[in-house]
Amino acid sequence: MAMAADQIETLIRAGIPDARVEIVDLAGDGDHYEARVVAESFRGQPRVKQHQRVYDALGGRMGTELHALKLSTAAPE
Amino acid sequence: MTDVRDRIETIVRDSDIVLFMKGTALFPQCGFSSRAVAILDHLGVAFQTVDVLQDPEIRQGIKDYSDWPTVPQLYVKGEFLGGSDIMMEMFEAGELKQLLDDKQVARA
Repeated sequence: MAMAADQIETLIRAGIPDARVEIVDLAGDGDHYEARVVAESFRGQPRVKQHQRVYDALGGRMGTELHALKLSTAAPE
Repeated sequence: MTDVRDRIETIVRDSDIVLFMKGTALFPQCGFSSRAVAILDHLGVAFQTVDVLQDPEIRQGIKDYSDWPTVPQLYVKGEFLGGSDIMMEMFEAGELKQLLDDKQVARA
């Protein structure tokens, strides 16, 4: 029940093509990650919507295969 | 399915602030839930918690209700606000306190 960091990044990029994605493996166990996702298309969208777009890109893996993903999202400064 | 939606609807309308979480405010069963409780405690607001581990129907139902895949989930005056990451981001930016002040929620 774990995912590789590059797999997470690939999925997010596929779902949100303009996203810049940084993944940190927090515990080194392939199960606790932090993702920072910056995308121009986030601009003007509420945080809930931004996070939902990332979860959508992960296609239902969030909460199952991927247990712990600390997520932060933003539009570019 | 409609029954669960109705149950959730009632829960989130019955209290100003409702946190769906794993465990209880006193004994959270997950780091993310623990963090969410700590933020609300720090803000000094009164909040109701629902332990999804005690209720499999709610545990799944709440994810469908909000179209949000994880717990904890915070509701303020019936409105879904987000999970623990959003709570933390808003807390650090001072936006959460502002929002709770604006909505005139009950104090602890």
